[in-house]
Amino acid sequence: MNMRFKPGDRVRVRVGSPPGHFRTPLYIQGKIGAVERVHGDYRNPESLAYGGDGLPKQPLYLVRFPQSHLWRTYAGAAQDQLLMDIYEHWLKPA
Amino acid sequence: MREDHHDKPHAPDHPMTEFEWRVEAVQALLIEKGILAADEVRRQVEEMDDRSPALGAKVIARAWVDPAFTARLLADARSAILELGIDFRQEAALVAMENTAQVHHVVVCTLCSCYPRGLLGYPPDWYKSLNYRSRVVVDPRGVLKEFGTELPTTVEVRVLDSTADMRYLVIPARPAGTEG
Repeated sequence: MNMRFKPGDRVRVRVGSPPGHFRTPLYIQGKIGAVERVHGDYRNPESLAYGGDGLPKQPLYLVRFPQSHLWRTYAGAAQDQLLMDIYEHWLKPA
Repeated sequence: MREDHHDKPHAPDHPMTEFEWRVEAVQALLIEKGILAADEVRRQVEEMDDRSPALGAKVIARAWVDPAFTARLLADARSAILELGIDFRQEAALVAMENTAQVHHVVVCTLCSCYPRGLLGYPPDWYKSLNYRSRVVVDPRGVLKEFGTELPTTVEVRVLDSTADMRYLVIPARPAGTEG
């Protein structure tokens, strides 16, 4: 496994709408978070969705975002977090 | 459409929708072409119907009385659950997250309806609803309150949006007064 990021690293989610199927919701694109956990390598759903083999596998990360950074009107507590699984090709260093 | 599909054994008691017709047609084609056997389909349906939240409850009950099991569950959920004789045969990986006095988790799949089906059965309709999926990420405390869970502002709420290969199982905090 050749992981680009490790737990604690700050990452920014790429912005984009590639044609077809992708699993990075629009609401998280462009946001900055921190790697919470490294899940391992998984086949790429953008290829699997169309009968492809999903290779090369992509490292998959659990990334943590402060809720107050996601929503301007967030009404919860300051420490609340949103965690999301994101494939490495959707992340860049922040 | 082949005529013999009008009176299939578990036909719903309402007129078939367009999607149901489509499923019927695709299934009939797959069987006709020898890609699937009708028996396999039936077995899969039965297997899925067999799954229920009772399996998950068994896992949580063990976690509440056995801290060493909880530790194994948090480290490698699939292996820990196999210890209980539960093989939930899910392709996706399962990750357990523990609720404590400081942290409360809530799971959603904003993109579709990803859910640990092998362990909890079919996801409830509300879990798949656009209402829940769109609101719980923006206002988790408000949605949890509608379910009867009101959390103090000292607790950290963690929303898990399961967008990929992971399915999440929350280990709720053991309710007070349930010892012995």
